[in-house]
Amino acid sequence: MALNIIVCIKSIPSTVNVGVDAEGRPKIAGVPVAMNPFDEFAVEAAVRLKESVPGSTTTALTVGSDAAAEVLREAIARGMDAGALVTGAEFEGGDSFATSLALSAALKKLHAEKPVSLVIFGKNTSDAGAGVVGTQTAAWLDWASASAIKKIEAIDETSVTVLRMMEDGVDTLKLALPACISTVKEINEPRLPSLKGKMASKKAVFPKWTAADLGLQAGQVGAAGAGAVVVKASLPPARPAGLKIEGATAKEKAAKLVDILVERKLI
Amino acid sequence: MANGILVVILPSRGTLSPASYELLGAGKVLAAALKQPLVAAVLGGSSSTLAADVSTRGADKVLVVEHQSLTNFTEEAYAKAAAVAAEKAGASRVILPSTIAGRAVAARLAVLLKGGLATDVAEILPDGKIRRGYYGGNLIAEMELKTPIAVLTIAPMTFPRAEPSGAAAPIEAVSFEPGASKTEFVSFKGEESREIDLGAAEKVVAGGAGLGSAEGFKPVFELAHALGAAVGASRRAVDSGWIPYRHQVGLTGRTVRPKLYIAVGISGQIQHLAGMSTSGTIVAINSDKDCPLMQLASIAVQGEYSEILPLITAEIKNRKGHAVAA
Repeated sequence: MALNIIVCIKSIPSTVNVGVDAEGRPKIAGVPVAMNPFDEFAVEAAVRLKESVPGSTTTALTVGSDAAAEVLREAIARGMDAGALVTGAEFEGGDSFATSLALSAALKKLHAEKPVSLVIFGKNTSDAGAGVVGTQTAAWLDWASASAIKKIEAIDETSVTVLRMMEDGVDTLKLALPACISTVKEINEPRLPSLKGKMASKKAVFPKWTAADLGLQAGQVGAAGAGAVVVKASLPPARPAGLKIEGATAKEKAAKLVDILVERKLI
Repeated sequence: MANGILVVILPSRGTLSPASYELLGAGKVLAAALKQPLVAAVLGGSSSTLAADVSTRGADKVLVVEHQSLTNFTEEAYAKAAAVAAEKAGASRVILPSTIAGRAVAARLAVLLKGGLATDVAEILPDGKIRRGYYGGNLIAEMELKTPIAVLTIAPMTFPRAEPSGAAAPIEAVSFEPGASKTEFVSFKGEESREIDLGAAEKVVAGGAGLGSAEGFKPVFELAHALGAAVGASRRAVDSGWIPYRHQVGLTGRTVRPKLYIAVGISGQIQHLAGMSTSGTIVAINSDKDCPLMQLASIAVQGEYSEILPLITAEIKNRKGHAVAA
């Protein structure tokens, strides 16, 4: 048994502490990009599967500009084997609906070349933060999906058994392969890139696929294919100035705080 | 032409959460904005009894999608059931909760319906546009849903919970055949402690690096119990192994919006603020009066938590005791 594992990753601004430009858009020009932090856990999960099932292959997949190739290099530095870049002006401005369609088309291509076992996603991205692209990608492919996965318990040629972290406990699920899972950070502790990995990442060459290469029309992806569009970004309203509790003793401060909370009907 | 707002209620382990009523509250706002009827659908293994409760809370009609395959939550079966309800209701908008299940159903459903999707909706505008936080809550996105049918998930604690009104809306059963599933539900293991879930809590007491140890969480739990609050934590406290990950609030944890958030020994790094800065009243208790959270707080109390927290807990218990006596 050998697995073919794909990890979908995203290149995002390296900080979420961004402002708004004059046109009402996030001011991200010039902000350095990095791999979405949650994707590190997905990459590590793939590398661990490869280590436990000899002969397996791991491929990182991303939709982005040419610069997004850097996050594919990061994935290789962290132990993955290969990468593929879905790129072109037609993909710009896509929402989760359009981007998941692009990913599903790329996965179809990979699946035709060599059957895919499992596709792993991070919990969500730090920029848009919806946490839905993994499940949407599975829906386009009509593959099984599960989110909030904290452990891959077992995997064979036909199925994967996973633990899902729900609000009130843990579900155990068995998904038929191929399947898409979205992970939470409890799944592992990612290792840092190794020296060997860094060397490999420098030499790596990635195939680049446009919409046409994936059998998609330009109007299906990017801003044209988006179902939900941001018309304006703004800063959140400033919070009203706060109150400082003063008091000679801790007991006095505690009593004052409780007074205010009672007055505001919070207790 | 689609004409209807559909609220999809997902019972958790056979019961309705208070957050379900918030969905109906959001549904009312959207139905009024778009001048469309409000329909609720209750999905589950045996959802008829829950539908009776839902029927008195403001929907014009309640659909029941009941099937053995919906006894436990799996993404495929639930999304298919929601799609059947959306078709039956002729929905232009479908509303779900921003829970793990709600988000996954919304994601699959949006693809099934070929509709746009907006998650974590915090505001519905009179023209039907929505607002949601992004970039870790540092920005607010105003969004337009361009497709004839669109799917929304509602941020918890943002819309009023629909109250029972007395009059009951008609309840209609919808037949549903899920077909073969690629997902098998094996088992569920509940949390042993009956802690209040962070996402739906009206009050949260959270601890951070300033607590110094796992032992430091003891007075935090005691205050939370006295208040009936959920317990949260910063990433540093979780990474130090003082408290499990499920308590983590922030960019890499949960997003909460309680009426009262008490942050103890949390300096307020931007990643933490991302998960709680829209809370109602924020109380910060910290020895460092200049840290970001003390600056952001509605009420800032400078002091040593180990000294001041037990005093606050005692004061609350004392007053509750008096209230009972009176």
